Amino acid sequence: MQDFEYAAPASIEEAITLLAEPGANARILAGGTDILVQLREGLRQTALVVDIKKIPELGAIAVAADGSLRLGAAVPCHRIWSDARLVAGYPAVTDSARIIGGWQIQGRASLGGNLCNSSPAADSIPALIVEKATCEIAGPRGRRQVPAVEFCTAPGKNVLERGEFVVALSFPPPEARAGSRYIRFIPRNEMDIAVAGSGVWLRLDAAGKTVEAARIALAAVAPTPVAATEAAEWLAGKPASEESWKKAGELARRVARPITDLRGPKEYRVHLVGVLVARALATAAERARGGDRDPMVPADGRPSGVR
Amino acid sequence: MAKKRHVTTTINGEAAEFLCEPRQSLLEVLRDTLGLTGSKEGCNNGNCGACTVLLDGVPVDSCLVLAVEVEGAQIITVEGLASEGHLHPLQQCFLEGAALQCGICTPGFLVTAKALLDHDPAPSERQIRFELAGNICRCTGYDKIVRAVQAAGRKLQEHQREQQRT
Repeated sequence: MQDFEYAAPASIEEAITLLAEPGANARILAGGTDILVQLREGLRQTALVVDIKKIPELGAIAVAADGSLRLGAAVPCHRIWSDARLVAGYPAVTDSARIIGGWQIQGRASLGGNLCNSSPAADSIPALIVEKATCEIAGPRGRRQVPAVEFCTAPGKNVLERGEFVVALSFPPPEARAGSRYIRFIPRNEMDIAVAGSGVWLRLDAAGKTVEAARIALAAVAPTPVAATEAAEWLAGKPASEESWKKAGELARRVARPITDLRGPKEYRVHLVGVLVARALATAAERARGGDRDPMVPADGRPSGVR
Repeated sequence: MAKKRHVTTTINGEAAEFLCEPRQSLLEVLRDTLGLTGSKEGCNNGNCGACTVLLDGVPVDSCLVLAVEVEGAQIITVEGLASEGHLHPLQQCFLEGAALQCGICTPGFLVTAKALLDHDPAPSERQIRFELAGNICRCTGYDKIVRAVQAAGRKLQEHQREQQRT
């Protein structure tokens, strides 16, 4: 691997100073599952690796008095899918954290990293969008907040400016009678990159029969993760039924602008959007009624099969 | 060249220290500096799992960890599975069940499977296949590996019951 220096600052201020030094050629290291591969393969160059995992705030999961949740940007996926508060309140996020790579990748990879790598196929970003996550950014000019839906700007590109990094993702309090889900299609069972992915969130009425509000976002079908706003708005007021899920899936296909690549042709990806959105909505509705948990996402902090 | 760093850590229960360049992976240091060649380099990019070690109890690909990051950490490698001259039940069951052929992937499978059985000694087949998805085997077709992990889980449970009796 190319030669570089290593620093592990203990505070956000210290990290900002390192990143903002004149002429600094630095890269952030959280879980390292993307950046170390990119450095080794020469896809990126750096003189300094700044490991942010020693900053306590970056590794914290905290629930505020109003019920909102703040997730440190460097918290690894395995701590996300084994956190009962995240599993109960933001299941689309834990769904995605459970399928990014295998257990070894989940032992290190963070959602801050998944976000900043800004792949169009990132599994966690549609989940962050539908859960209304806000990215908290720190930099030489202070802190700012950007909604997850606005974070990515092009493949591998995002709103971060020189010297800035993501410190946390914050989520609004979970809503009653709401459920969410992220699923993707890959040709294998595990350990692959999405051909297409769908994150959804919805809230049902008290009877559990009508959709009150919905959000839909897609992976791997556009230059960035993308919200399917028209489909989501159409769902409001519609019956919680297979027919509605199918129709919403059809509407969601309209925002898909995929390319053809080695993972699949564009026509197939558009087709997948319709299927995935409908299936994800069905599961989200079951969750909103208190049912259907993914058996691979443990509520008790243990890796879990059907037991 | 970046200055070498001094790192203090615990490997397989014993205090260990080494010097490394910041760019060196934990896998490189385990194999080339410390002589712990049980962990294998397969893909060197996080796809195959042959280099899996437990870092503070969690399976990670040691090719995707910088050695300089493990200051103060607890590391378990495949060399730490056997104790006092006795193979770990997983190792015994892999041998008895012929759950390996060329053997390159085996250390990684053993370490991930240990993490799984530490959490749950009676995993379902689906759970084993899911949790071991980050380990690739190009010889066995996986069925014998799944059965060996289940057999080792049963052995561990028997062992626990015996210990409870005495």
